Amino acid sequence: MAEIRNYTINFGPQHPAAHGVLRLVLELDGEVVVRADPHIGLLHRGTEKLAETRTWVQSVPYMDRLDYVSMMCNEHAYCMAIERLLGIEVPLRAQYIRVMFDEITRILNHLLNIGTHALDIGAMTMVLYTFREREDLMDAYEAVSGARMHAAYYRPGGVYRDLPDQMPKYEASNSKYRNAATLNSLNSAREGSLLDFLDDFTQRFPKYIDEYETLLTDNRIWKQRTVGVGVVSPEEALALGFTGAMLRGSGVEWDIRKKQTYEVYDRVDFDIPIGVNGDCYDRYLVRMEEMRQSNRIIRQCIDWLKKNRGPVISDNHKVAPPSRVQMKENMEELIHHFKLFSEGIHVPAGEAYAAVEHPKGEFGVYAISDGANKPYRLKLRAPGFAHLAAMDAVARGHMLADVVAIIGTMDIVFGEIDR
Amino acid sequence: MDALLQPIASLFGPAWPLVWILVKIVGIVLPLILCVAYLTFAERKVIGYMQVRLGPNRVGPKGWLQPIADALKLMFKEIIVPSKSSKALFIIGPIMVMAPALAAWAVIPFYKDWVLANIDAGMLYIMAMTSLGVYGVIIAGWASNSKYAFLGGMRATAQMVSYELAMGFSLVAVLMISASLNLSDIVIGQSKGLFASHGFSIFSWNWLPLLPLFIVYLISGVAETNRAPFDVVEGESEIVAGHMIEYSGMAFALFFLAEYANMILVSALTSIFFLGGWLSPVSFLPNGFFWLALKICFVLFLFLWFRATFPRFRYDQIMRLGWKVFIPLTLVWILFVGVWMMSPWSIWR
Repeated sequence: MAEIRNYTINFGPQHPAAHGVLRLVLELDGEVVVRADPHIGLLHRGTEKLAETRTWVQSVPYMDRLDYVSMMCNEHAYCMAIERLLGIEVPLRAQYIRVMFDEITRILNHLLNIGTHALDIGAMTMVLYTFREREDLMDAYEAVSGARMHAAYYRPGGVYRDLPDQMPKYEASNSKYRNAATLNSLNSAREGSLLDFLDDFTQRFPKYIDEYETLLTDNRIWKQRTVGVGVVSPEEALALGFTGAMLRGSGVEWDIRKKQTYEVYDRVDFDIPIGVNGDCYDRYLVRMEEMRQSNRIIRQCIDWLKKNRGPVISDNHKVAPPSRVQMKENMEELIHHFKLFSEGIHVPAGEAYAAVEHPKGEFGVYAISDGANKPYRLKLRAPGFAHLAAMDAVARGHMLADVVAIIGTMDIVFGEIDR
Repeated sequence: MDALLQPIASLFGPAWPLVWILVKIVGIVLPLILCVAYLTFAERKVIGYMQVRLGPNRVGPKGWLQPIADALKLMFKEIIVPSKSSKALFIIGPIMVMAPALAAWAVIPFYKDWVLANIDAGMLYIMAMTSLGVYGVIIAGWASNSKYAFLGGMRATAQMVSYELAMGFSLVAVLMISASLNLSDIVIGQSKGLFASHGFSIFSWNWLPLLPLFIVYLISGVAETNRAPFDVVEGESEIVAGHMIEYSGMAFALFFLAEYANMILVSALTSIFFLGGWLSPVSFLPNGFFWLALKICFVLFLFLWFRATFPRFRYDQIMRLGWKVFIPLTLVWILFVGVWMMSPWSIWR
């Protein structure tokens, strides 16, 4: 009699649903997954080790490149850890700017996640719809930092500079594919400042979410593919170290923004959506609602920021550089400037852990300083790592096509998992 | 026409019938290949506009030469045969997919008497030809010696066989009410009826009395051609491209062409069986090939629309839909049509 063996299949690292470089060794019985074995490390860049050889500020751009779809949130955790070590206060306006950009980042991340999740399940139109809105938010990133993705905008002690009064516009070119009318409509929201542009966006955005919902939420095929797939009970979710939408989808009400509040999250009004069944569909709904809540937070931040002005970075010039004018007129400030840009910040010896509610979950930075201008050791807590580690527990017994749905719902980005 | 061809016919002597058939075959296949090429262009444009983007617009005026450029690119690419594959079968696979997709066109009536082979068993011939295509997919999936391709082949076997059944059953009812297997007769049968005699033949076509079967046939047609949302055989995000994963160049292009030729074929069959073929919907407009083309385009548009809108089914869900929904539904409706035909209220006398 012939021996019956299971089928081992190499899912990735070059696979359309691998979200980068996921290598998943699947043992299949027919199409049913018997064992899922995620292999990591293909995008390992040694961020933690690199940070030990760079000054504190020089590592900020490395944080962007961890989870490269929620850039500013990574920076936020890192800057918060340094601020805790330094024991400095961040100006209120900078806190509002940070909260606003954290929420913009959350929308950016969730848009990408929902778009690619739908694309993996076969609804390819979603990803193009969500990317249309991502474009606007990327422009906000660009307006404030000059870069569309790797912003490097947050600094220990605040943010790099205040919000711009002008929004960059599309330029008239002699393109035969874009006429003056389209150019005007593209620029119509960009006449005022960045805040006006974002204000306009937040008014349009809820309608866009409704649009996505018409495509997916009540779609029978979408529900067939996600309801009851990848169910994680609340106890299991906690035991597996889930955070963020993965945990809330299982019905655990946990959000660092509320439970261990930071910056001005206690001053803004928002709700935490939670799921009931802990399946892919609930997590999808949680992310949809989180985008609406983020939109709400952004609106409140815009209102506050329009009314109140002030400094956006700490006036402790041992941490944050002085202005150009001060530097040119004052000897002490010149010394500060020189020391900051040659040696960098000296952080007192000690250790600190700072965590933010990153779009994917709890993103934490554990920094140890020995008093030098570089971290002695930096440990990053990436939410996706715990989620991917649960792949076997979640995917076992499901079909091959469900593995794709589960990868999508886990919102995996290898920048942070492999670090 | 005959008088015009007489001098040419005498030139060929006894070989003339063969030559004339070959001419007709070329007359069908060439425009068909052209349609396939431009269907790919139409798909990219239509889905592009549905997805708030423009689609191809660089090659030639407004992108009109894009399919030609694609065809040239594929033709000049190397056909890589994997070293561990079963080489003969690897090459036969795509041919087995392509050939039936083209051969089935032999019995399609484009207009009254505009048909290559006006055979009485037309419908049987169609069913035989369309079910042959799946062997090509299975052979390709097996011969590639790749796990992904093998999974694709397995999926193709299950899916195409199940939907073949649902399709066959819905055609049984068409056969019952037309009392003919000849496709031209089926179309002509749809020009008679209560509504047709009042000038609205559109309501006398088979789609209205056989509405559930029409829908089943249309959906099975989508499944049969492996189009979204039933594209699990190539399942881009699961098994990458299924049976096509190891193919390149023209070998891949053959699968691609066959898929689109099959789409046009299924659209043509849907138009002929359920939408009155070349018949005009209202009596004050003349019948003509134009109507058939319009109906085919409409059904093709539905294909593209589905692809832009729906997520993909899972493999077992497709099976459930086929076996637990469509086949019982068609069986019940066949029974209903049978009783209806025997009852005094029959509309098909």
